Amino acid sequence: MAVTVETEAGRQAKARRRAGNRRWRLAAWLIGRSFASMLGLGLVVAIVGLALLGPWIVPYPEHVIGQVNLADKLKPPSMANWFGTDEVGNDILTRIIVGARLSLLVGVGITLAAAAIGVPLGILAGTAGGRTREAIMRFTDLFLSVPGLVLAIALVAALGPGIGNAMVALILVWWPGYVRLAESKALAIREEPYIEAARVVGASRLRILWRHVLPNSISPIIVKMSMDIGQAILAVASLGFIGLGAKPPTPEWGAMISIARGYLPDYWWYAVFPGLFIYLSVLGFNLLGDGLRDILDPRSHRT
Amino acid sequence: MLTYILRRIGLAGLMLFGLVCLTFVIANIAPSDPAALAAGPDAGRSQIEQARREYGLDRPLHEQFLRYVSDLARLEFGRSIATGRPVGADLARYFPATLELCIVAMIIGLVLGVPLGMLSALHKDGPIDHFTRIFAVTGVALPPFWFGLLLQLAFAAWLGWLPTSGRLSVFTEPLEPITGLLLVDSLLRGNGGMFLEAASYIALPALVLSFPCLAQILRVNRSEMVEALRADYIVAARAHGVRPWRLVVVHALKNAMLPTLAIIGLRWGWMISSTVLVETVFDWPGTGLYAVSSAIAGDFKPVMGVTLIVGLNFMIANLLVDLLYGVLDPRLRSA
Amino acid sequence: MTTLLEIDDYRLAFDTFDGTLHVLDGIDIRVEAGETLGVVGETGCGKSVLARSILRLNPTPPARVVSGEIRFRGEDVLALPEAGIRRLRGSAIAMVFQDPATYLNPLLTVATQMEDAIRGQDAAAGGRVRSRKAASAVAADLLAAVGLPEPARLLRSHPHQLSGGMRQRVLIAMALLGNPSLLVADEPTTALDVTVQAQVLALIAGLVRERGLALILISHDLGVVSASCARVAVMYAGTVVEEAPTGELLDRPLHPYSQGLIAAVPDLDRPEVRPRGIAGSIPSLLHPPPGCRFHPRCERATERCRVEKPLLRPLLPGRRVACHHADA
Repeated sequence: MAVTVETEAGRQAKARRRAGNRRWRLAAWLIGRSFASMLGLGLVVAIVGLALLGPWIVPYPEHVIGQVNLADKLKPPSMANWFGTDEVGNDILTRIIVGARLSLLVGVGITLAAAAIGVPLGILAGTAGGRTREAIMRFTDLFLSVPGLVLAIALVAALGPGIGNAMVALILVWWPGYVRLAESKALAIREEPYIEAARVVGASRLRILWRHVLPNSISPIIVKMSMDIGQAILAVASLGFIGLGAKPPTPEWGAMISIARGYLPDYWWYAVFPGLFIYLSVLGFNLLGDGLRDILDPRSHRT
Repeated sequence: MLTYILRRIGLAGLMLFGLVCLTFVIANIAPSDPAALAAGPDAGRSQIEQARREYGLDRPLHEQFLRYVSDLARLEFGRSIATGRPVGADLARYFPATLELCIVAMIIGLVLGVPLGMLSALHKDGPIDHFTRIFAVTGVALPPFWFGLLLQLAFAAWLGWLPTSGRLSVFTEPLEPITGLLLVDSLLRGNGGMFLEAASYIALPALVLSFPCLAQILRVNRSEMVEALRADYIVAARAHGVRPWRLVVVHALKNAMLPTLAIIGLRWGWMISSTVLVETVFDWPGTGLYAVSSAIAGDFKPVMGVTLIVGLNFMIANLLVDLLYGVLDPRLRSA
Repeated sequence: MTTLLEIDDYRLAFDTFDGTLHVLDGIDIRVEAGETLGVVGETGCGKSVLARSILRLNPTPPARVVSGEIRFRGEDVLALPEAGIRRLRGSAIAMVFQDPATYLNPLLTVATQMEDAIRGQDAAAGGRVRSRKAASAVAADLLAAVGLPEPARLLRSHPHQLSGGMRQRVLIAMALLGNPSLLVADEPTTALDVTVQAQVLALIAGLVRERGLALILISHDLGVVSASCARVAVMYAGTVVEEAPTGELLDRPLHPYSQGLIAAVPDLDRPEVRPRGIAGSIPSLLHPPPGCRFHPRCERATERCRVEKPLLRPLLPGRRVACHHADA
């Protein structure tokens, strides 16, 4: 009999160890499985690195503020200027690296502001219900009645062009998405039995919000934020490209392409390289968001 | 079914009202004085005051709003400052070009996206699946304006296969419009040469515009197909001996198409929105280009006009998707 | 009597992220033509997987056949090409499923689903594919045969417009479309109301009698099985532990698990006897206990049970038991 007890205990210990290992193996598998998530993480780290170190690692620091050096204008890519030079002789690589900081700041700023407005409103709407919910959601729908970029252009047209107003416009375009997401999560969670249980044992509404609703809706919000940073970078560059965002000579990627467009097709490098960086940044944040979803939201993948 | 339709139409009406409110609010947050804008850049103080009275801008806001609504009801969008032409007429001229572009792009997205998504789901985790996954992520991340420029470089400048920009060659005598959609009009008039020319001009911008849409349709369709192929009713249908192709193309795909359809409604909005970029790159004479050039010139009325038209279009598209949903999903029909 | 279905030492594993699940471990079952066999076991013991194995409906991967044969009329089902197995589906072997709400396609009419089945069976048989109209007539006849009123109207409706009992009847009608000789019913009454359960069971029993079908009825409910089957196989954790004529099993179960199972059913005639549960829980199929899979829960387990897997051996005429300690 003693033998049986011992093997039983041993079996349980083994099972516990396996359960512990399982979580780690799952995480490792999810990241490793998807080469794409790793690529996303790598791209994001690279962009953040460029943004942080920008001024110290650029090959031509004097080109950052925009110096006129017509002797070197529109040189094709070479060892001295990897990505060539622009129409006033500035090194394009230098300006792209400096532009990374601007794009990242604007992208993160827009996303954070939009989430800061949208998430509390959404959770409020989802948990309060009734008239409050109706009012918040209808007001949100108002902003969703015009597709994003057009609304942004209308707002910029009203506020006047410029990177600051472009940001304001994009925040106004973006927050409703967070209301929708947070509201749907809060609504779904409100129906869960464990919230019922918490209410029955007398937890206050604020405590339920703080302890149950927020933590359970946070992962889809983080995933959305990661994706949105990429989309916001793209939107700012788009506004820059059509001439309603950052104004040249600000080293903004979209604005650079807008000028470069006039030098196509002969001076192709001028338009190609800034665009490549926009693409890689957006791709990075999208892939990272995808990978985060796999890890944070276990229900989204079933094998 | 009738209540379902009526409810959807009612919701659309509500959205239309919201849209009108939204544009009115935007017009009134402008820091610049609308009267001064309306009077023109060289106007003196008295002229500005006259413009203010003329446009009713000295009236209280609610009266201004009523006037705005009644103007819109008569399809009066005001005048463009830059051209002096009524915005309504401009919209009527530019909108068909944008619509044509979006329709062709949506067709590309559907015709490629749905089968690719299906194929991907059938070969889940195989090489095709990995390839389409990369393709899909790429599509969403690609900046449309940059992608457009790259395609212009490759197909127009270097290879010389397709024209760079515009809707037709400047040397081509334009047709008297019937629908305003060149591809349709040229066919209706039996002008095959013009159809081919129009097709060659629309190919690149439509491809660029369709790309994010194609990518998303592919992704959604793939994951919905994977889900549907695993469903109990598919196991049952297989046990009953339903043919494999019918199993996939009818029994599973019909279920997968519902969420895909919802994406199409949303994506339509994104698409019209992206015409702003694509039309700028390809000099496509549509509402997007019109809005951008007006916004840069500080010409406010056309921008508002385009905003309204785009919003209206988005609303109608969503209404159509809702109705189509009702047709496809019997559960909604009887609800 | 001819043997319709023979399952020999069938082992099936599922390769999952956690490792390999040994879901079926050496199944031995035999069904004669026109015979009714009940398969009883707890949830998760592999009954449904076994049912689906007969028509090769488990997706591979993750499922993987480790060993064994499933012979239908002497032909190894597992070795058939895809076209060969399709020839069996619906026409020779048919299935009735558990939850009629999820096993009917919500977006297609009953007519479309039934016609597709008929035409698919025609195509697999290599003969002429009947027209939709002809198929629809066959479908209407069968709907009437399972006791559904207004078959024509029913054919035009979608599943959500029907009640649970009606849906299950539709699923049964669908199973009969191809005139099968073996019907596999996987928990056909579990998702239904108690009152409807009895009707559906009576319907199945009637059809089996009229058409001379062989039936494999899978259920976790001993009552359901004993009411409609002549013979019962008891499954535990992927193995058949006992097989016996229904009455004999109920009177005198030989395997400790069968004894526990029967003791757990409340006896309405003797309310003073409290039903007893079986101590412990179903073992993990990821790392099943060595030897007899029931030994951790068995009062009679000895060292031999921990080491040596008991084989299903004949003990009395018509009875087989997989236990080292069972005796007649």
